[in-house]
Amino acid sequence: MFMPNVPVGQPVPGFSEKDLIKRSASSVPEPARRLTEVAKLIDISKCIGCKACQSACIEWNDTHPEMESFQGTYMNPHDLTPNMFTLMRFNEWTNPETDKLEWLIRKDGCMHCSDPGCLKACPAPGAIVQYSNGIVDFVHDNCIGCGYCVKGCPFNIPRISQTDHKAYKCTLCSDRVAVGQGPACAKACPTHAISFGTKDEMKAEAADRVKDLNSRGYKNAGLYDPPGVGGTHVMYVLQHADKPHIYNDLPDDPKISSLVQAWKGAGKFAGLALIGFAAVASAAHAVFAGQNKVTKHDEEEGEALTGKDA
Amino acid sequence: MTQPWTDIKNTDLAIVMGGNAAEAHPCGFKWLVEAKAHRGAKLIVVDPRYTRTAAVSDYYAPIRQGTDIAFLLGVIRYCIANDKIQWEYAKNYTNISYLVKDGFSYKDGLFTGYDEMKRDYDRSSWDYQLGADGFVQSDMTLQHPRTVWQLLKDHVEQYTPELVERICGTPKDKYLHICEMIAATSAPDKAMTSMYALGWTQHSKGAQNIRTMAMLQLLLGNIGIAGGGMNALRGHSNIQGLTDLGLMSNLIPGYLSIPTEKEKAIGDYLATRQFKPLRADQTSYWRNYDKFFVSFQKSMWGDHATKDNDWGYDYLPKLDVPAYDILRMMEMMNEGKVNGYFCQGFNPILSIPNRAKTTAALSKLKYLVTMDPLDTETSNFWRNFGIYNDVKSADIKTQVFQLPTTCFAEEEGSLANSGRWLQWHWAGGSAPGDCKHDTWIMAQIFLRVKKLYQAEGGAYPDPIVNLTWNYADAEEPTPEELAKEVNGYALADQFDAKDPTKLVAGKGKLLVNFSQLKNDGSTSSGCWIYSGQWNENGNNMARRDNADPGNMGTFLNWTFAWPVNRRVLYNAASCDMQGKPWDPSRKLIEWNGSKWVGNDVPDIAPDAQPGKVQPFILNQEGTARLFTRALLRDGPFPVHYEPFESPVKNVINPAIRGNPVARIFQADVASFGDASEFPYAATSYRLTEHFHYWTKHNRVNSVLQPEFFVEISHELAAEKSIQNNGWVRVWSKRGEVKAKAYVTKRIQPLICDGKAVHVVGIPLHWGFMGAAVKGWGPNSLTPVVGDANSDTPEFKAFLVNIEPTTPPAVS
Repeated sequence: MFMPNVPVGQPVPGFSEKDLIKRSASSVPEPARRLTEVAKLIDISKCIGCKACQSACIEWNDTHPEMESFQGTYMNPHDLTPNMFTLMRFNEWTNPETDKLEWLIRKDGCMHCSDPGCLKACPAPGAIVQYSNGIVDFVHDNCIGCGYCVKGCPFNIPRISQTDHKAYKCTLCSDRVAVGQGPACAKACPTHAISFGTKDEMKAEAADRVKDLNSRGYKNAGLYDPPGVGGTHVMYVLQHADKPHIYNDLPDDPKISSLVQAWKGAGKFAGLALIGFAAVASAAHAVFAGQNKVTKHDEEEGEALTGKDA
Repeated sequence: MTQPWTDIKNTDLAIVMGGNAAEAHPCGFKWLVEAKAHRGAKLIVVDPRYTRTAAVSDYYAPIRQGTDIAFLLGVIRYCIANDKIQWEYAKNYTNISYLVKDGFSYKDGLFTGYDEMKRDYDRSSWDYQLGADGFVQSDMTLQHPRTVWQLLKDHVEQYTPELVERICGTPKDKYLHICEMIAATSAPDKAMTSMYALGWTQHSKGAQNIRTMAMLQLLLGNIGIAGGGMNALRGHSNIQGLTDLGLMSNLIPGYLSIPTEKEKAIGDYLATRQFKPLRADQTSYWRNYDKFFVSFQKSMWGDHATKDNDWGYDYLPKLDVPAYDILRMMEMMNEGKVNGYFCQGFNPILSIPNRAKTTAALSKLKYLVTMDPLDTETSNFWRNFGIYNDVKSADIKTQVFQLPTTCFAEEEGSLANSGRWLQWHWAGGSAPGDCKHDTWIMAQIFLRVKKLYQAEGGAYPDPIVNLTWNYADAEEPTPEELAKEVNGYALADQFDAKDPTKLVAGKGKLLVNFSQLKNDGSTSSGCWIYSGQWNENGNNMARRDNADPGNMGTFLNWTFAWPVNRRVLYNAASCDMQGKPWDPSRKLIEWNGSKWVGNDVPDIAPDAQPGKVQPFILNQEGTARLFTRALLRDGPFPVHYEPFESPVKNVINPAIRGNPVARIFQADVASFGDASEFPYAATSYRLTEHFHYWTKHNRVNSVLQPEFFVEISHELAAEKSIQNNGWVRVWSKRGEVKAKAYVTKRIQPLICDGKAVHVVGIPLHWGFMGAAVKGWGPNSLTPVVGDANSDTPEFKAFLVNIEPTTPPAVS
């Protein structure tokens, strides 16, 4: 029976502040309930690289990526940007075992790690949060644009906007999930390469797919749910799970950088001292460098954001 | 498509050749993904490029563009040599056993009857031997030397794997592997589906590309069965509707044809179209041609179409040439023979070959009217856009009227998809500014023209002033009114054919379907095949029940499929001679002893006995044609011919350039290039990020694929010192473009007849209007050559040269 590409209904609709299990540079009380963990499964063996997901992401999040140019690849824009939260990365890989070309197309974006390096690295209280369903979200009101999340992320995902100096990434469509919808990309995917449901369901679906791929000669097909970050809430079915790096440098064994671990390990006092230092430094910046001026470039970017240049 | 999209989930093997379904039809492609995921289906891709479809395939092999016939005749040879034929099917449901006239033969690339001056055949010998009873002569033992089987065996014998490799550049081992995969579907319980698109149609022998695969599918018993079929993935939203409704110069709706000037009277016209059965007891559905035709005339002219005036036969135009297709129209504009042009929903500046010729042709017009939701290149052909449209505006006197129309999302109506489903849709928003529905614009023009004829008379005002125009608001017919008119009405009480006391449609009521059409003027229908779309049950196209009780993907209560809601054409061929399904696990219909029942609407009379009435009822013999008689202009069997511009000589018939009866105009011959000057084999195609020349007007699509590029192999790049992402100039005998190069492993040089052939891939989505970066389309380079049967331009195979260059100056 054909599965609809977004399950009707949603495991645990409606979640909020009270479902937080982690909050950057601060603590949250143990939540009264635990939501079922959700996950997005990206099946690379079914992906045709059509970019409907990118298009849906732009539309739903109302972002305005720049009109770029051709860059010698089908990948556009040239990278993830503060306005492009997901990106198809294309790799023309010759399989050394079969000498056959394989066009590996991977939808890149936030993996929603169980142990999120970005959140761990973030010095701004409440700028990055994690819900008990596994979604890692950025709270822009609290973001100070320091870029530590970028350093903390083992997948190189967050991007800092040069317009509003905030960090941006995929939210797993937390606003849609909260009202019982799947992510916009999953909804738009024409080939069911992106599915969304509970993490257990997605693992079961992946197991099915791996069996099918094994039967087609992909003996190392498997699920990418890397333990180094505690598992992820965006997972891949890979034809060659023994070498994730062939998929445009998907980390073979992602881990949170030791620097971030150290910064967390240094403990509350050192951390707080640093935050204190940041506060002093920013005050000093105001005194010595003067207040921030709005440049012409900022204005243009602001207009682009509000769509006035269309 | 013979199937609906949803049937593709039933397949065991899909071959995508002459198309790129994942790229160009991603939504329909989901059904193949489903077949792979839950049926274990396999996917073969044969294409000059490793495409997005190839990225999810099980087996890929390269082929040089324009050589598909050689490839497929070779597969037929393989199936014959290895006895991989579905014999019961082939013997009973095809013309394999029929005897062909003694005069017919094939030699040196030509069939009997060729006239070099006319570039045409006398096709009178391309036919069956008929007995005194008027029925076909056959030999079921297939031993007679004039059987289609014996002629076919001889015809394909030369297409050995070695020859296929020499012509196509497909490595022999890969080719044989594909032969083996395909041949396995000759088992009665295995199905292969063929999914193709413009990669087969846009050739000088496009119709024969498709025919060759249809012949293979018939030998394998794959037509009419679930998961099988010939599936034309239509290249444009509602292009299926366009052909269904006869929007061609030589058609009237429902695949009826415009009379020729030789057919002076209605009797002459009908005599050659109402085919009598060629076998005893056979249904020949076109015997009803007069019912469809008279009902069409009644829908056009109502009470003015009477028995006495031959149902208004004289009101129809009569063709003096086979067709006034777009290539001919451009030629005539260029010659000054046409000086006005209404261009509705069409952008010929980017979609007609040899853009320089098109620009010259439009520049000679007195007026050009464009009707389009977008500000197209055609509307702006007279404006100078630097190198992107380097015209001298002051020299162009054409007056251009731009009439902005609504787009599909701003109007109600139906769209016919590739699977023949007529899907009603509703307006999602209102149109900006002064945009008007096309129907409003056409009504305004018609009413004014009619008034002029009424006031001033003219040579023959009758067809215009007598045209039926019964709409509540004459100024703007509604989609509902038009849909009902197309469905058809009872103009007098209609009774059941078997029970004359039973009223089936009272006067003025909508007809149930085309089975009620009459040749006595008592019914009307604007397009017989669409009859049933909106009857007294309501708008059947708006139905949205996705129940599928048999789980065969037929979804009989979802919208309306023509004809009569049938989902799989020729579905009686899914059963054996006893009426039992070849594969009981994939039952479309079956014979229950007294009638046909099942999961689809039977494509045969409900009480037609299996074994007696054969399933291909639109052919007068009831069987499918491996030998196509005189129906195609270029031969009853396909033959390998090179494209008009080919990087290699035709190795089997070196004296013949291109398809010997393909459409060419003498004035264009000088603009054909050859391999000494233009050594590289170019092809054009679409990318999934864009839809034709529309979505470059949309910012989101444009961001995802912003700029024109061409694709070449690493080998060609090294030979020409071209860098990835570096600028190149690509030129043909007809023009040049500048683009960035995409140097890719997905294109490999092909070894054809011992020589390396380099492919240059040219996507087609850019122009000088819209949100994306300015660029060109491949039609700046392509030749004016039309398919011998459909006049479709040869966009998929032409010659170019390429060299590194500097970026164009920013304008």
